[in-house]
Amino acid sequence: MSMDINWLKYSSPQAFYPLAGRLIPWFACVVVVLMGVGLYMGFFVAPTDFQQGEAYRIIFVHVPAAWMSMFLYVVMAVWAGIGMGLNARLSFMMAQAIAPTGAMFTFLALLTGAMWGKPTWGAWWVWDARLTSELILLFQYAGVMLLRTSIDDLRRADRASAVFALVGVVNVPIIYFSVQWWNTLHQGASVSMATGSKMASTMLTAMLLMTLAFWLYSIAVILARVRCIMVERESLPVWNEKSAVIQEAVEAR
Amino acid sequence: MNGSSMWEAVSGIIRRDLLLAMRRRSDAAMSVFFLVIVVSLFPLGVGPDPVVLRTIGPGVLWVAALLACLLSLSRVFTADYVDGALEQMVLVPQPLAVLVVGKVLAHWLISGLPVVLLSPLLGLQFGLSGESLGVLVMSLLLGTPTLSMIGAIGAALVLGVRGSGLLVALLVLPLYVPVLIFGAGAVTSSMAGIGGEANLSLLGACLVLSLFLAPWATAAALRIALE
Repeated sequence: MSMDINWLKYSSPQAFYPLAGRLIPWFACVVVVLMGVGLYMGFFVAPTDFQQGEAYRIIFVHVPAAWMSMFLYVVMAVWAGIGMGLNARLSFMMAQAIAPTGAMFTFLALLTGAMWGKPTWGAWWVWDARLTSELILLFQYAGVMLLRTSIDDLRRADRASAVFALVGVVNVPIIYFSVQWWNTLHQGASVSMATGSKMASTMLTAMLLMTLAFWLYSIAVILARVRCIMVERESLPVWNEKSAVIQEAVEAR
Repeated sequence: MNGSSMWEAVSGIIRRDLLLAMRRRSDAAMSVFFLVIVVSLFPLGVGPDPVVLRTIGPGVLWVAALLACLLSLSRVFTADYVDGALEQMVLVPQPLAVLVVGKVLAHWLISGLPVVLLSPLLGLQFGLSGESLGVLVMSLLLGTPTLSMIGAIGAALVLGVRGSGLLVALLVLPLYVPVLIFGAGAVTSSMAGIGGEANLSLLGACLVLSLFLAPWATAAALRIALE
């Protein structure tokens, strides 16, 4: 039975550490290719928007970043929930590793939104529902990370920040539906599952390529970060890919 | 576990916390004074123009109510955590989430209800008219229990953590945003003549949701803090 792999084996940090190390280069290579193609299509191939001119091209970074910021918060909350439910160390480590990347994408979405808003709306910042909700999302990421660093006991830090992440996840749907609820300045979504897309197909392709690139980038960075967290927490010397070295390190302690 | 014993536990906790608050009346009075002072600072800072004051009034009153609630959050669990009463509460046969409801209701009676009762007076300072004052009271009546419910989660999470006073603000304030928007929005829309019913309904929905979910999250946070 060649397909008979014990997947639960990888829930232990010792087994996951070398696996993550092997996966990172693959994800990183695909990210470089996808991001190169996506940015080329977005900046050179996609047609100029007849209303917004060239300024609209920032959306090839802005929209994927905004999607990732919300998606990563949900993924973080799911890992936190699994950690609470199954009391699994690796799940808490994953939740901890996701937070900085999610916060980075939230900041990127706000920054690119401001750069787009200046030529289009004539203001760097407006108190629109979506902008405000994205800002609140950034505060929530900050809250998760600050709560963790304020608590010295690792077990309590894991679980307390997990509870906060799960409470905050109620806010993510509010962000998503805020346009319909408050209906202010931000343009409505141009891509939706129900009605399809209202954009030119090259624009859509470029945007989806960028989304995929950001997604795989997140995986690569989070795997790299979770490896650092494992080394830090288990207070072992950097684990070699060979298990014999781990064994030696454990015995030496 | 029958219903009457749970109700006894809740009412027992409320009676005890109210009694403790009555013994130290200055604690409860402090958040009310804080509210009055913060609200009075705004006309001094913005200027006495009645049109401006009427425009910013609902928002100012709501932000001040939110800050007053925030400042009193540390009183919900800290004293019981320090003297060990909280550990006894965890051992009680009634579910911890039910006891949490009692603690939060007592907190609202001590620091939320005075804010609601005082708000028409403060609203008059900002030139709000009769109908808007009614909507203001209704919005605070629906909104401040939600603030206490959500705040209790934050208060439980930071129990015994260094820098907890500032940390609880950072955790809780983002979660307060929908309540603030709907609460101030209700008063503003009633002043604009379109009625505050829609926002009041959303506030009611927030209250129901927080009554249902927040006690469980608070109880989980308390267990983590007491491990």
